[in-house]
Amino acid sequence: MNDALGSPQSVLVLGGTSEIGRAIVRALVGERARLVVFAGRHPESMDGVVAELRREGASDVEAVRWDANAVGTHREVLGGLFSEHGRFDMVLVAAGLLGDQKVDEHDPESAAGVMSTNYVGPAAAMLVVADLLRAQGQGSMVVLSSVAGVRVRRSNFVYGSSKAGLDGFCQGLADSLVGSGVRLMIVRPGFVHTKMTAGMKAAPLSVGADEVAKAVLAGLRKSSPVVWVPAAMRPIFAVLSLLPRGLFRRIPG
Amino acid sequence: MEVDRRRKLLSGWGGAPVSSSDVVTVTPGRPGSDGRPGSDGWQGWSQQLRRPPEEGVIARGLGRSYGDAAQVAGGTTLDATGLHRILEMDAVNGFARVEAGVSLEQLMAASLPLGRFVPVTPGTRHVTVGGAIAADIHGKNHHVDGSFGTHVLALKLGAPGATLELGPDRDPEKFWATVGGMGLTGVVLEATLDLPAVETSYMEVDTERAADLDDVMARMEASDHEYRYSVAWIDCLAKGASMGRSVLTRGDHARLGQLSAKQLRSPLRFDPRVKLQAPGYVPSGLLNRFTVAAFNEAWFRKAPRHETGRVMPLGSFFHPLDGVGGWNRLYGSRGFLQYQFVVPFGREEALREAIGRLSSSGQASFLAVLKRFGAPSSAPLSFPSPGWTLALDLPIGDAGMTRLLDGLDELVTEAGGRIYLAKDSRMRPELLEAQYPGIHAWRRTRDALDPDGVMCSDLCRRLDVSGRHGGVSRCRSALSGDYRHDTTDTPPDRPTGMTSMADPAAERDGGGAPSYGGTGEGHAQTREGDRLERRSR
Repeated sequence: MNDALGSPQSVLVLGGTSEIGRAIVRALVGERARLVVFAGRHPESMDGVVAELRREGASDVEAVRWDANAVGTHREVLGGLFSEHGRFDMVLVAAGLLGDQKVDEHDPESAAGVMSTNYVGPAAAMLVVADLLRAQGQGSMVVLSSVAGVRVRRSNFVYGSSKAGLDGFCQGLADSLVGSGVRLMIVRPGFVHTKMTAGMKAAPLSVGADEVAKAVLAGLRKSSPVVWVPAAMRPIFAVLSLLPRGLFRRIPG
Repeated sequence: MEVDRRRKLLSGWGGAPVSSSDVVTVTPGRPGSDGRPGSDGWQGWSQQLRRPPEEGVIARGLGRSYGDAAQVAGGTTLDATGLHRILEMDAVNGFARVEAGVSLEQLMAASLPLGRFVPVTPGTRHVTVGGAIAADIHGKNHHVDGSFGTHVLALKLGAPGATLELGPDRDPEKFWATVGGMGLTGVVLEATLDLPAVETSYMEVDTERAADLDDVMARMEASDHEYRYSVAWIDCLAKGASMGRSVLTRGDHARLGQLSAKQLRSPLRFDPRVKLQAPGYVPSGLLNRFTVAAFNEAWFRKAPRHETGRVMPLGSFFHPLDGVGGWNRLYGSRGFLQYQFVVPFGREEALREAIGRLSSSGQASFLAVLKRFGAPSSAPLSFPSPGWTLALDLPIGDAGMTRLLDGLDELVTEAGGRIYLAKDSRMRPELLEAQYPGIHAWRRTRDALDPDGVMCSDLCRRLDVSGRHGGVSRCRSALSGDYRHDTTDTPPDRPTGMTSMADPAAERDGGGAPSYGGTGEGHAQTREGDRLERRSR
């Protein structure tokens, strides 16, 4: 169950290899989480994480195979995990790909892969998860969106538009869950230092994965519908969203 | 029989955590209307208990427990406030037989004019008798009179298997498992309580200020025994030399000779009106460390340094917060949590340490309540035990709260104390068995009353109180059947692939749907087998 401070006892992570996702799970295990199931494309690569979480106090950790893009299998795979483990107090949606904008702009298949992995797959999975959590009568979904989707920029519009789609989907889904005992929290980090962004020039106000985890815990405690990391991103994007197009386009980066 | 059922969002008085469940109002019907012995028309829930949803069933009264004790996510919550009849009131011999949904306010309103009061009242009158038994509540008279359960002469329990008459001298094990059992042994339907005699509805109260923690503890130790009711309000935000400064209020029921001429005109007057209503919307964070510190300061200064023999209406003494309707809304939408622990006498250093940590943490703690508990009841899950108890409200949201309270939990457990389950909404489940050593015996009795694990609550799952959820956190459904939410007499759909579902023996009694009303030995054994099988999965 989730406690009064929003801490779950059991967590299902969709998109197991995400570094931000792992940081969040580590923080949750530091609170009340004891059962963690990672669902991702490469469960065999998760041995280290599984062992680490066990050391940190989780009693039950496993990694299973799940492909965000295999939409036809979502109901069976996710439904199976819920019935095997009884219930999940939290489902963390961390599946995602950054892609390479320069390549993707000219490669429709590669671009579609980014769009699908970031939006279509997770969104379809969330429909299944929402039904399962509604039936449970309690639960939370935490979804990793991005500030890149708040106002999509020239420099990463393939990734940005996929996050914009995901973010919009989540806003509507969250509203549909009001009154069901299930809540959905959207997390909008700025630039996060991870493997995925290694070698990239860090944007201003960049953060580490642990800072995202800390903000997620605070958001859960306060039942926030949206968490910006760092918090300063919120007023910054309030301004950026109002900038005239011609001006917005000229912002470097 | 058609059952009125609505999916509803529920939380405890603290506002968090929230979960949704089907809510069925239990209504008293005509005795024997469905022909089943002992089920005097508990139409709603007897239907439910015979065909429980997989996620369990729990009774709920007025929702005054602070955490998640009276809700069951995805299951069925039985609203017992429909059982609101006072069945018998004997002012001469001093007892009443009431339905479980009768509130203490209702009971007082009926008994005070006859010169009788309730045996134990908590800080609010808005609790039901059923809830008072299930949480084995305490009041300001615990050091003299013990907990609510010790004043229950008999009760009727709607356990999933059968309806039972229990009492301290009648099946005592099951009786004491139900007292303090957090609703997990079944639904309390009726209870017979002793009602102490009073001459008036007024209290004679002595108030004194204590400069710090040592001062208040010394005063309580020295003279609590001279008073029937005693409590100290303690300012947990006060630091340094004034850490633990308190206002001690103690008293007893006023006698006729102590009333003024005006009060004597109606000495048993009881006026439970709500004087103020909290606004519908209050932003979270209104009650923060600054506003709360200012309030605590004003409150301490306004209290008389030393005053004896003040006569006041009993509502002002026992239930000051009941004068403000919906006061829990003052904490805003995030809600608050109440933290209450007890540490045994002789471990005063743990109490001092706890108050020291609270005070230096700067958490916005409203006036906390300090009290000395007396003799315990015989209930294995009852909270009160001889020692010091501290209760405080904390708004949810401050960072650092988790660490602070987790640390206090450990301090309290290590000192041989415990946390009050009716107020908990966040404890680490690993500590439960250490705090309640009687829980293993309690679980055996509970399993006999509810072999299928029908009774379940969010609290039960979160802390694995029943021991049926696979240890901490697994939260497996403890039920062996997948019962759909239908009320017809056809067998429910059974998914394939689950061994327990295919068990033909489950069909044996009744010939149709498995009957939870059945009490046959063979039935119970079959279910036992199912359970073992599920556990071994």
